[in-house]
Amino acid sequence: MAIIPATWDMYDLIQGVLQAPWYHIVFEVALVFLILKIYISQSFTPDKTLLTEKEKDILVEEWQPEPLAPDVPDDHPILQSMEKYCIEGLNGKYIKVNGKLCINMATFNFLGMVGKKELEERAVKALRVYGVGSCGPRGFYGTMDVHLELEDELAKFMNCEEAILYSYGFATIASAIPAYSKRGDIIFADENVGFAIQKGLIASRSHIKWFRHNDMEHLESLLIEQSKVDKKNPKKAKVTRRFIVVEGLYLNTGKICPLPKLVELKWKYKVRIFLEETMSFGVLGDTGRGVTEHFDINPDQIDLIAGSLENAIASVGGFCCGKKFIIDHQRLSGLGYCFSASQPPMLAAAAIESLHILKEQPRLLVDLRENCEKVHEKLSNLSSIKIFGDAISPIKHLYLTEPASDREFDLRTLENVVDYAMNEGVALTVARYLDPEENNLMPPSIRLTVNCDLTDEEINKVVQVISSGFREVLKKLSSVDMSSPLDSVEQGDGEQRASR
Amino acid sequence: MATGRVSLARVTDTDGKVMADPSPKTTILNNLNNRKDHRHVNGYHRNGKNGTHNRQTQWKDDFFESFEETPLLVAILTYLGYALLVVIGQIRDLMRAYGIEKDKSCTEPKLEGFVPLYQSWESFYTRNVYRRIRDCWNRVVASEPGTRITILDRHSCDHGWTFELTGKKLNVMNFGSYNYLGFAENNGPCADKVQETTCKYGVGVCGSRQEMGYLDIHRELDELVAEYLGVEAAITVPMGFATNSMNMPALVSKGSLILSDELNHASLILGSRLSGAMIRTYKHNDMADLEKKLRDAVCEGQPRTHRPWKKILIVVEGVYSMEGSIVRLPDVLCLKKKYKAYVYLDEAHSIGAMGPHGKGVVDYFGQDPHDVDIMMGTFTKSFGSAGGYIGGSKRLINHLRTHAHSFIYSTSMSPPVAQQIISCMRTIMGKDGTKEGMKRIRQLAWNTRYFRKRLHDQGYIIYGNKDSPVVPLLLYMPSKVAMFSRETLRRGMATVVVGFPATPLIETRARFCLSAAHTKEMLDEALKIIDDVGDLLRLRYSSLKAPDFSEKDIQLIE
Repeated sequence: MAIIPATWDMYDLIQGVLQAPWYHIVFEVALVFLILKIYISQSFTPDKTLLTEKEKDILVEEWQPEPLAPDVPDDHPILQSMEKYCIEGLNGKYIKVNGKLCINMATFNFLGMVGKKELEERAVKALRVYGVGSCGPRGFYGTMDVHLELEDELAKFMNCEEAILYSYGFATIASAIPAYSKRGDIIFADENVGFAIQKGLIASRSHIKWFRHNDMEHLESLLIEQSKVDKKNPKKAKVTRRFIVVEGLYLNTGKICPLPKLVELKWKYKVRIFLEETMSFGVLGDTGRGVTEHFDINPDQIDLIAGSLENAIASVGGFCCGKKFIIDHQRLSGLGYCFSASQPPMLAAAAIESLHILKEQPRLLVDLRENCEKVHEKLSNLSSIKIFGDAISPIKHLYLTEPASDREFDLRTLENVVDYAMNEGVALTVARYLDPEENNLMPPSIRLTVNCDLTDEEINKVVQVISSGFREVLKKLSSVDMSSPLDSVEQGDGEQRASR
Repeated sequence: MATGRVSLARVTDTDGKVMADPSPKTTILNNLNNRKDHRHVNGYHRNGKNGTHNRQTQWKDDFFESFEETPLLVAILTYLGYALLVVIGQIRDLMRAYGIEKDKSCTEPKLEGFVPLYQSWESFYTRNVYRRIRDCWNRVVASEPGTRITILDRHSCDHGWTFELTGKKLNVMNFGSYNYLGFAENNGPCADKVQETTCKYGVGVCGSRQEMGYLDIHRELDELVAEYLGVEAAITVPMGFATNSMNMPALVSKGSLILSDELNHASLILGSRLSGAMIRTYKHNDMADLEKKLRDAVCEGQPRTHRPWKKILIVVEGVYSMEGSIVRLPDVLCLKKKYKAYVYLDEAHSIGAMGPHGKGVVDYFGQDPHDVDIMMGTFTKSFGSAGGYIGGSKRLINHLRTHAHSFIYSTSMSPPVAQQIISCMRTIMGKDGTKEGMKRIRQLAWNTRYFRKRLHDQGYIIYGNKDSPVVPLLLYMPSKVAMFSRETLRRGMATVVVGFPATPLIETRARFCLSAAHTKEMLDEALKIIDDVGDLLRLRYSSLKAPDFSEKDIQLIE
């Protein structure tokens, strides 16, 4: 049947019928008759041991469900620290906590956009046109012209054909992954990807293969393994989509992904790359275009880039960008796009202004990088902590050099350091995880973020407070350990720390 | 399609078997008779529980919900319409494959060795059906989503593949936005307050609640929401969709059972899926089916292992946004108590919009909010803002504060958005010292009855409860979907039309969302437009007598 073009939808179907041998068709027809016969004939039902209504009532009476939520006391450490460090007013470079002014080294306000007057003015202007909420999903009169403008700006900024806007950063990648990857597909994911990606992976119901953090050799070995499996079953391989999901800058480790190697692997093993730039957008690259610019890679090489407007841009929302044929698909299949109210227009307007500032002042990025390197260098000199993360990354994890075997214990130690620093006027935070749900749980750490506006004095102060904080807390810990008859492991630990 | 009739027969059958009580058969028969008297054959109006609970009969006396079945001829014609679309679509796809017709869709370039990202049949519907009527959705708005909106006119030179703005602006009445209490305003006391907050707090927060993203305004909001709902405590999340999808996994897990209404919103389905619990659906608002499934679940336990379920969570919505129906909350709560299940109530469309005090369906049925284990809702609709909340016992909220995804891994709410909610909520509660909130609640209730009654009188098939501000009008045929949307817009009224896959294939509909800000004149004008278009499209399908509820029981506040 050469006259039927192979690209037509029903081609396979028609070909299948035409090419089938005669006995196959006879067999199928016979099967159809058999099914009809079974359908028509009386079904045989063996006597099941059915419960009487009375017995059922007793069962219902007996059953006791677990409580809806476990009992979390009011003085749970997380609740306490949340209430204790509730911020009064603006969450900018300096924050006011309990009446005390602290340098903010905890939030992702990398470019100091929070509290910029231009943003506020633009947001208020939008408020006076659109009100606050959009009162509808994008499909039903929730598409405002500012949304289109922001999508346009983002696409242009990222040198992509099209961008799609979500109303919440978390929902962006969590909706994007299941829009493409379905049951039966394979996703190769870095073991330290952020929580939103992990949820997206679960929602996609695809087969997930984890590779060690930033370990390209491990990834390649997995890809080789997969191609061997594919060779054995080429029919299945023909319909199995393969994806690599990585973050540009990892929130959980502060490391940058080795994108050039990933792109090489992409073409070698025919896998698509989804790149999540929640942390790297507006941070990496000379003009803030993220990790693609950082490595000077054409964004066209990446199949999908997802970013967030909640960190460097200091608004609320997220976006995906890439080729039109990829992005357009999400407009009908992205759950968080279709079924959610659109972003409040005033937040979209603020994001547009923020992008303008970023474009006009590339200096911010230079300052940020310099500050990151300074902080990194100074903290590397401290002996009581291990600093984790790339030098130019504005996210740094501070680990204890000699962690105890008990996670909770270490966490408490770090929380004590945070308390100390807060008293001294430096706001820090412990990196919070949902321990049982994380794919690869990192050891407890203090997650430090760097702001581009920090001056040298401020950096010195921060480093000094952190250093003395660790010293004080560890000292106190060791004295408590020695005086109280705790178990010997912890005591030994304490002694070691005290000897430093 | 005699769907209504068939399912009705089936339900009586199962009811008879399931109910342990000796009385249910007669009660259900009575109900059936009643229904016949009303002449509203109601596929969903099934009375699960029986007359043993005297308290319930009170609310049932005043509970009117209509789901008229699809006329057979209309159903056949609709299916024929789709068949025609599919045949023509196939022919055109064939022509595109030959190159006779230029393929304007944005197709995937063939990359050697890569598995295609999409299967081509996946996009068949988009390419050949949706594309033809794409102009009915995603219209661009250039004003606040109030009672009148400015829509930017679009034009397509290539039959819906691409659009460009013509520069013309249409100022039309808005019956499409979820602006139930009319708080989508760009001026007035709420907006002033928001402006003040923007200047004080900025726009972004850049941190999660547990990681230095917790502002005093969030605390204020949480406390106010708890007070508003009448529960011990509450949390708030910046996105309504995420409130469900990020918090449900903290409540149930593997070994638990979720009993979900078949028409629940996508966010509830996603949240249920992410939780890892077993999901079973029951027929929409069918209490008999729910009881049967609950009973079976408790008696049989988990599949294969037959261990008892850890917990059972019934997930319902207050007002169903596509059907306009209201959950039978008193029955649900009764079943919950009997079978020791937990209830998750999503009040996305009902909070603010239902009940004498605007406190949702719990208020509407006069129930105790403490009986509902998890009260969820959004701020997008009645409060003209964004985000969602979960309210409940102190124990539940403490657990969520420490363990919910939304408190650890995602940004907290933007301060101006929070302020808008605070201001609106205070207005509704009357804390601003005016009767504005009460006035709006009454006005919405009045508008709803007035509008619904007139539409029933005109002989359209209208779905849903007499008090639900979401009013679906059945259109059935795909061509009428497009025509209705375009013609009403041309006459100065923005409406939402919904088709497959959001609704069953043949039950495509138009949906009107009423607002307290609509005046009687506007409603009259809208009714006139609908009549015009209804005559043009022959939409008066209803063969039943109009119901006899009226707007006169509602006292307006001047």
